[in-house]
Parts: sequence; C-alpha cells; structure tokens
Amino acid sequence: MSSLAARRRSPLALLMLLFLGLTFTGTAYAALQTGAAPGTSAEGASQEQLGEGRQLFLANCASCHGANAEGNGEAGPSLYGVGAAAVDFQVATGRMPLPAPGVQAERNISQVHFSDEQIEALAVYVDSLAPGPDVPEEQWLDASQGDAANGGAVYRTNCAMCHNSSGTGGALTRGKYAPTLMGVDAQHIYEAMLTGPQSMPVFNDQNITPEEKRDVIAFLKSIEDGANDQGGHTLGSLGPAGDALFAWTIGILAFIGAAVWLGRKAA
Amino acid sequence: MTTHVPQGAGHLRTDETPPERPASQTDQSSPDAKFPGALVWADERVGAAKGLRFALKKVFPDHWSFLLGEIAMYSMIIALITGTFLTLWYVPSMGHVVYDGDYVPLKGVGMSEAYASTLDISFEVKGGLLIRQLHHWSALFFIVGIALHAARVFFTGAFRKPREINWLIGVVLSLLAIIEGFAGYSLPDDLLSGTGIRAMNGFMMSAPVIGTWMTFFVFGGEFPGEAIIPRLYIAHVLLIPAILVGLFVLHLALVVVHKHTQYPGPGRTNDNVVGFPIMPVYAAKAGGFFFVVFGITALVSALVQINGVWVYGPYDPTQVTAGSQPDFYMWFSDGALRLLPGWLEFTLFGTVWSFNIFLGSLVLLPLVWVVLGAYPFLEAWVTGDKREHHILQRPRNAPTRTAIGAAAISMYLVLALACVNDILAIKLGLSINDLTILFRTMFFVLPVLVFVVTKRLCLSLQRHDRERVLHGNETGRIVRTPEGRFFEAHEPLDEFERWALVDYDTPTPLGLTQGPDVDSRGVARRRGPLAGAQAAVSSFFYKDAVTAVTPAELAAAHHHGEHDALESPSIPQLGAPVNDSTGDDDFSEGHGSAVQAPTHHR
Amino acid sequence: MANPHHDDTAPAMRDDAAAPARSETFQNPGLPPHVPRRADGDPKAAKRAEIQVVVLFTLSALASIAFVVAYFVIDPDLKGYLLGIGEINLFHLAIGVTMGVSLLGIGLGAIHWAKTLMPDEEVVEQRHPQVSGDDDREAVAQTLSHGWRSSQLNRRSALLGSAGGALGLFALPIVLPVIAGLGPRPQGLYTTNWAEGTLLRIDPSGAAIRAGDVTQGSVFHVMPDGWVGHEAVEEHGAEEAMIAKAKDQVILVRLDPSLIKSQKQREWGYEGIVAYSKVCTHVGCPVALYEQQTHHLLCPCHQSTFDMTDDCNVIFGPAKRALPQLPITVDGDGYIVAAGPFREPVGPSFWERERPGLMGVE
Repeated sequence: MSSLAARRRSPLALLMLLFLGLTFTGTAYAALQTGAAPGTSAEGASQEQLGEGRQLFLANCASCHGANAEGNGEAGPSLYGVGAAAVDFQVATGRMPLPAPGVQAERNISQVHFSDEQIEALAVYVDSLAPGPDVPEEQWLDASQGDAANGGAVYRTNCAMCHNSSGTGGALTRGKYAPTLMGVDAQHIYEAMLTGPQSMPVFNDQNITPEEKRDVIAFLKSIEDGANDQGGHTLGSLGPAGDALFAWTIGILAFIGAAVWLGRKAA
Repeated sequence: MTTHVPQGAGHLRTDETPPERPASQTDQSSPDAKFPGALVWADERVGAAKGLRFALKKVFPDHWSFLLGEIAMYSMIIALITGTFLTLWYVPSMGHVVYDGDYVPLKGVGMSEAYASTLDISFEVKGGLLIRQLHHWSALFFIVGIALHAARVFFTGAFRKPREINWLIGVVLSLLAIIEGFAGYSLPDDLLSGTGIRAMNGFMMSAPVIGTWMTFFVFGGEFPGEAIIPRLYIAHVLLIPAILVGLFVLHLALVVVHKHTQYPGPGRTNDNVVGFPIMPVYAAKAGGFFFVVFGITALVSALVQINGVWVYGPYDPTQVTAGSQPDFYMWFSDGALRLLPGWLEFTLFGTVWSFNIFLGSLVLLPLVWVVLGAYPFLEAWVTGDKREHHILQRPRNAPTRTAIGAAAISMYLVLALACVNDILAIKLGLSINDLTILFRTMFFVLPVLVFVVTKRLCLSLQRHDRERVLHGNETGRIVRTPEGRFFEAHEPLDEFERWALVDYDTPTPLGLTQGPDVDSRGVARRRGPLAGAQAAVSSFFYKDAVTAVTPAELAAAHHHGEHDALESPSIPQLGAPVNDSTGDDDFSEGHGSAVQAPTHHR
Repeated sequence: MANPHHDDTAPAMRDDAAAPARSETFQNPGLPPHVPRRADGDPKAAKRAEIQVVVLFTLSALASIAFVVAYFVIDPDLKGYLLGIGEINLFHLAIGVTMGVSLLGIGLGAIHWAKTLMPDEEVVEQRHPQVSGDDDREAVAQTLSHGWRSSQLNRRSALLGSAGGALGLFALPIVLPVIAGLGPRPQGLYTTNWAEGTLLRIDPSGAAIRAGDVTQGSVFHVMPDGWVGHEAVEEHGAEEAMIAKAKDQVILVRLDPSLIKSQKQREWGYEGIVAYSKVCTHVGCPVALYEQQTHHLLCPCHQSTFDMTDDCNVIFGPAKRALPQLPITVDGDGYIVAAGPFREPVGPSFWERERPGLMGVE
C-alpha cells in the first residue's frame, strides 16, 4: 500500500489529496483509489455488509452476470471463485460495471461511482458465493520492501512481452491490448497478477510468489519514480518508433530549417 | 581561361582571381611577405600552392537541398568522433558478469560484459550518457540525411551522366550505413537488440541450402553463442567504417571532379557552375554548418533520451518486450517479415523453402539496393540519353521518374509502417490483424495510386508553369474592357524568372526519334533484340510530356491573347517557324538582353 | 582547355535528335543583376551584423566555459524534474545544453558572417566535358598495348595462364582458414535439454511445478531442470546456458480439456495442462503473449498467432508451422516432468529441418 493511502485519514492528507487531484487528475487519483481494504474476504464479514453487497450486486452487476453471479452466456461470465481481489480490481479501476460492450473493458478511474466501503461490500458478497483470491495484504504491496532488480527479472519473463519493458503497454490480437501499468495502484497491480483479468493470464502464488509480486511492484514503482528517465524526454517509451518519429519530424525540421536559412540571401 | 559567360550583370563578377586579392597570393614562384610561412613550408615540399590555387576557388552553388548530403556527412563525422570515445569503455564481450553498478533496478542481475559496460558508460563514465546519445542520434541523422540526399539526387536527375559512378558509390554507402547502424544497434546486448540479433539469426537460417552453415559460421555455433557481439564489434568499429570512409572520400572526390550540379536558373548553363567560391564564403558556410549540425545533435542528445538500454534489461533469449522494433532504417525489412504470409513456406523433396522469411530479408535487402544502383542505367537505356547533364531537373519536369520514385517510396513506407503495426494498433486503437491485412493490400495498391497521382500532379505543375510563362503571374487586379468584359490582369514574367521555367527539354520517345534505319555512313543500324521493348518503355516514360514554352508560343500568346490555340501544348512544336534570338519583333521584349548564346564559351 | 575533338555544340547533343535546335528555345538571359544587401550599402547595418556575429561567437565561448564548470561542479547523479521533459539527469542536461550552445554559437556565427559580411556575388566557374581528348586516349592506348606487348603476355600463353591461375588461387590460403574457422558445422538443431523425466522449473525462480499449481488461465514460463537461473550459468557456463535458454524455453498452460481439439495434444498433456516450445517457428522470438480468454499465443516480433486449443497451429501472421509440443506427465511426487524430448526441432525453419541426414544427423 502506498504511503499516501496510509496517510489518507489526516485532514492534511485530505488537502494534499485535493491538491494532487487537481494537479494530476489521472495518475494521482489512480494512486489513491484503492478500493477494498487489504485482506478483504467473506470470512469475518458482517451480515450487514453482505446485505449491502448483495444490493449493490443486484443493482449494478446482475444484469450481465446473473442474479446469483452464475453468469449469463455472452453477456457476462460466472463470478464463482473469482474472489474479492477480482471484484476489487474490476470495480475500483472503473472497468466494471462495463459502460458498453467493447473489445475489452478499459481502466477508467473517473468512472468509479462506488465508495471504498461499497466496493468492499460488493467484494465480500461475491466472495461469499464461492470463495476466490482475497484482496492482498498490505505487506505485499509495500514497494519499499521489494527488490526492484529481482522484480525486473520476473517482470521481463512474465510481463514485458505484453506490457512492454517500460510498463507502458502493448498491442494484443484483434484490437485488444495490454494497458499501461504506469500510475496503477500497487494493490491493483497485485490483484491483476493474482486474478488474470480479461486477456491477461493468471499468475497465482505458486507461479509468482507474493514476495516476487512485491518485487514486480517495486520494479514498476521505480520506473514510475523516474528510474528509466535519465537522458531526457522518453518520447512515450516507444523504443525505436519514438526515436524515428522524432528524427523524421522535429530533428529533420531543425536541420532543414538551418539549411534553408543558410542558403537564403541575407536581406 | 576565357570567360564568355552569359552575364546579365557581368561587370560585377568574374571567375578570375577576385580583384581585391593581390596577384602575388597565387603566385607560387615568388613567395612574398603575405604568403603565410606554413604555406611556404608546405609548398616547398609538396607544391601545395599548385593545388590550392584552384581548390580555393572552386565554386559551389547555394541551395538548401545541396546541404542534405552535408547533414549526412557531418553526422557521420560526429558518429566517428563519439564512437571513438565509446570504444574506450565498451567491452565487446558476451562473457557473463553480475551487475554491481550504480543503476539500482539491475543490481545483481546476470548479464553480458557488453551490456554491463554499456550501463557503465551511461551511469558511471562522466558525460558518457551524453556521448552515447550523441552517437545514436547522429547515427540516425546520418541515415536520415542519406535518405533525403539520395531522394534529392534521384528526383532532380543528378545521377545522370556523368555521375552514374557516384550514384553507385552513394548506393553502396547507404547500404553500408544501415549495416553499420544495425551492427551498432546490436552491440549493447540489451533485450531489444538481442531480439534483433535473434531475428537476424532466424532469417539467415532460412536461406536455402546454405542457411544453417552460414548461420553457424557467423554466430560461431548455435544461437546466441559468444562470438556474435565481438564480430559485430569489429565490423562496426573497423571494417565497415574503413570502407565507409574510403568510399565517402571517393564520393567527395568525384563531386570535385564533376563539379556540383545546379538548378536551372538565369546565367546557369550546362557548361558552368554558378555559386560561391570556397574561399571564404563556402568555407564559412559549410564549416559553420558542421557546427550547426553538431550543435543541434548535441541539444537533441541533451534533451531527448534515445535507446535507454537500462529500460530493456540484459538480453535473455526467453524474454521479449512488446514493441520490439529495430531502428527505422531496418523497418522495411522487418515490416516485410510481418506481412509475408506463412503459406509461402513449404517443403520440397524434404528440403525447407521459407519464402515467408528470406523474401523479406535475404532477398529484399539486396534487391532494394540493386534496383537503386541499376536505376540510372535503366533510365539511360529507356531515354537513350547520352549527354552530360549538369543542370538539374525540377522533379515536375521528369514526371515519370518522379512518379516512379514516389511510388517506390510509398512501397517502402508501407513496409516500414508495417514494422510498427503493433505501435500503430495501440496508439490508434486499431486491430493488429486489420492493420496487417491493410498493409498487405496497400503494398500492391498504393504504389499504383501514388504513381498515377504523382504523375498527374507533375503534369499539372508543368502546365501551370506554362501558364505562368505564357500569361504571367496573376495580379489579382480585375480589369474591365470597354465591351464590358472582365478579366484579371497578368504580370508578365521577367526574363530571369521565365528562364528557370523554360530551361528543360523533353525528348520524344525513342521509337520516334531513332530515325532512319541506317546511320550517317549508310550502314544499317543494328537493332538489339530489346529495341522493341526499349521503344515501348521509352514511350511510357515520355508519352505525356509537357514541353517547355517556346518563344513562338509566347509570341502567339502575346499577339492574340488567345488561350485556345495553346491549350493543348503537349505536342512539341518543332516545325514552327521561329527565328533566332537576334530578335523577332513579335517577342523580343522578353529576352532582348540575351545577346550571347549560353553555350558559346570559347 | 576544351579538348580539340570537341566542337562548340556540346558533344552529347549529336546523339539526341530530339533536343530542339537552339533557335526554337529561349536564350539564357545571363545572371540577374546583383541586389545589394543592407550591409553592403549601410555601414550601420554592417556594424550590426558584425555585432551579431561577435555575440554568437562570445556566446559559444561562454557556453564552453560553462560546460567545464558544470562538468566539475554538478553531481553526476543529480536528478531533477524539467517542465516538458520530466525526470532527467541534470548533469547530463547541463553539459549537453552547454555543448550544444557552444557548437551552435560557432556555426550560426560563421554562417551569419558569411551571409551578411562576406561577398555575396555569385561567381561563375566553367565546366569541361569529362571525356578526355583523342590524344590522351591514343597515348593511353599506346602505353597499354606497348606494355602488353613488352610483357610478352601476347606471345607466351603459358605465362598468361599460369599467372592467371596463381593470382586466382593465391587468396585461398588466406581466405579459407578465415571462413572455415568462423564456426563449427551445424549441430544441435535437432536436440534440446528436455528428456524423459526432466522436471519443469519456473523461470527465473527455479521452483518445480505441481499439476495443482497450474490453475486454469495461468501461464508458466518454464525451463528444464538444471538450466535455470544463476546456477545454470555456474554449472554449464554462460554460453551453454544461453544456448539452452534459446532452445529449451517452454510455455505451460492449463486448458479446459473439452476445448482441446486434437487427441495427440490431449495425450501429450496432463489433465488439460499442455507444454509448448516458446520459440517462434518464424524467426525465433519468444512467443510469450498468452491471451487466456482466446487461448491465442502471439509473437510480439512479427505477430504470428498460434491457437493453443488447436495444437498451436498458426492462425495468423508469417509463421508457417505449429509450435512443437513437449509431452509431459507427472512424476511420483506430483511434479510435472517431461514425458520425453521434443519430437521435432524447435525454433525457426531451416533447410535440412525435415531431413537431418543432409546435416549428417541420424
């Protein structure tokens, strides 16, 4: 869990939140929007919470996923066994409820209409139907405890082919894509690995251990903190494509501009 | 040297020693006080003044498009300087080390010495990052410069006789440049460049018969081995640069031998070159331009990160990153590999023919350069033109060539863009599959479209030029005639402006001009077996030509103000009875001052 | 000057009947009159131009000094945020910008100087045809034929033949060892380190995998036992370890058994868990993009797409062949192991692929 989120209860942090939200609406808001509390699962949930979750589910999810989350063919898959982690990931990143059918659900932080408590209730309710992976515990989300170098190695083997070695995303088949991981909250990164949303495969704890997942988070956060940005503008981290675009536009304009000035007769 | 050069303001200029320079300066036999001591020293040993006397007076025409080659030249020099710097720290070895440098996200990761030393150059050597970025940016600008320069030479017909050899040298230089670039791109041994080498290994393997042998010899065994980086290194820092620099010197020497081409313009003929002498103007301009190119490259390198190898991590054959592209000059080949469908691979008598791979790499790469190299000879064959050309053609005045060039570029661009189909897909929200199919179609359709459109565009521009010559520039002034008709007043072109628009010729197709089947001595002309084809292609090349306005046409336009008679000018009016420049009253006001024929230089 | 055998009309003209005769074209009007620049007539303008040039040169000198100062004063690891660029190493930025200004100052100054203060009247230089004169040609022809005859090559054919042969062959002793020494004959293309009973281990952690670990939708990037991580490098050396990575890499997924289309694929797997070579059959990139909903495997290099439910056959892109399947089973301890080696060569196509005999492999 990021330190910002931990400080969220103090009024000063609220002010800071407001300031950051105004300055960097997209990414900063994303970093603060964590959804369900760590460790959320149906166990130990109050009857009241389950009831609220059921209400929310029926109002927002049942039309596609079925009244009992049993699934509804093409419209929506069964949610049995997806776990609280999947619900939190999908709802707290604004992917669900799906505004309109498309190639894939897009991350849309500005579309999250639920409070953290509501998301937690929803997650607890879905988990109570058939249990699945829990929302990760806070200790696995602390990037400062992770080993970014090991995370990088795990990331390059398991993630870079889709999300790009700089975490900026990449194309999949038929218009699908792996989204950017920049500005994504540690909890959602973890949940995505754990639950394998949409096209993404699942990386369960036997495949990538919680420690390794934390390492991956540490690696991604180090990129976010500018570890990759050393020698100037990164041109969208597109690799040679960005370089080529620059060379053939701004670069060549500068040279030809100088050449034209050189060849023109002085006034 | 006689100087009967057509000069509208001839008293102002001369190609003799400028009057302000004392004659003694060029008189090597009697060195006086003004002759610098160092030059005296050199002159007494190698006779330096003999060469310098002429070299310093060499004239270069001034046009921005003539500087494109200089961008390439200077970028090459920058790359040579910065590359030398890099060799002091770079270790061309695939030996395994565990990184323990300054860059935290890679600490403790196993990697090759090549990659580790590249990281050290970036993070530990003071200023190393700047030099690396300068090196990579200058390498890209080198090839951008070459491409633009080659396009300029192509579209202006500067490759024509007597410059075919220099065109060939340039073609080889451009091929060497991209091989040099690819080798350099591979040296850091990061995940991206390693993936490039992996693909190179794959397409070398696909060669029929010799593929596996060739691959094992180049890689010193199975992929990846430990030989390829040291081998690419020696190619990158010694073999290719040596050939590159050698050929480049020859390229420049031939420019000196041929003297620079020039665009058509008043006072410029096929027998002269009009411009600035090396001393002092061109030396200051060209020398200054080196610093400008270097300065721009330095600023770009300071502000824009290029090939941050730490982003990719060390090469590991089990890993790959999304968005794996080579540098842009290899895109067309990698793009072809993406477009060629899998069914092109088949097994014949137990042997594997991977047309899907070697067509786009081992065949395409050489093919592009063979076609480039052959073009001047093909065009000369088609046009039957054996004259020397020193006046450039404006691209519109060679419509078919311009259209061929544009079509070829469009074909190249389709392949190149196909190489970034994944980037385009994610940036434009499209499907990679749709894009690939689109590019496959475009590869065949676009060149045809581009050819037709470009040719029509050229012809319209030529007609527009004719309009301007015949009727002058539009002034925007509307005049009412006594009869009540309105027309726009046109400002006639002055003779200097007009000359730039009419100084080109449009030969008729070969079949029509070869005349009788016997030559002047009565011997039957030998017609090669391809004469028919030659005539057909020649007709294709020239058939729609729009000829330059002739004095007679201008006179007709002035006399009658009639458009209609001149609306279909594409038929050469060779038979029209036109007088010489000595002055037909009908149209003499246009060129009354042209008292000397342009080629009377003796 | 011009060569005697060239007359006034450009020599090439004779070959081209189509070139219109001179009388039918306009006459070259000669150079247009020179238009003086402001600095030519106005001493003030000239002085202004001079000052501009001096300022540019001075700027360059100052930037060079600033470069030296920055080089010694600024901490090379200092990073900061620059508007419009983002995070950047400030040392790099400082020396780069000062270097750029130092160079641009010289360049722009020199060009401005040349444009405003140096003479801008164009000069004419004559060209001459490239072709040599007849006397030159004759002299060369004579020298050549004289040399040919005095070398006696025209009369002594044995001399000519043996000299030609010697010159034709002398390069062999130099070139052959270079070429032949470049690499070994092709080998190892038909084998990998997979054998019956080889444990599948997760790359890079090295953990073994139980069948139960492979939940549906998950994907494991796998290497054979003994070939994972630092240990493999220590044991086999980096070169062998890299070659192994390039050939042995495997992707392991669990599919819903009902989705699997081929009997062979089902049998070579274990309860819907299947293992395939991760090396693309096109040019060898790792085919690592597994879409768990469509069960498509996509190669990021050239977009070859393989259908995992259909024995990894190609459904899109430039690859021709399916990815080779690694037969797997479960050992006594419940870990996934290879049930045997790959039954066909992995990786890109090559000439002798279907006929190992051509390479001397049985």
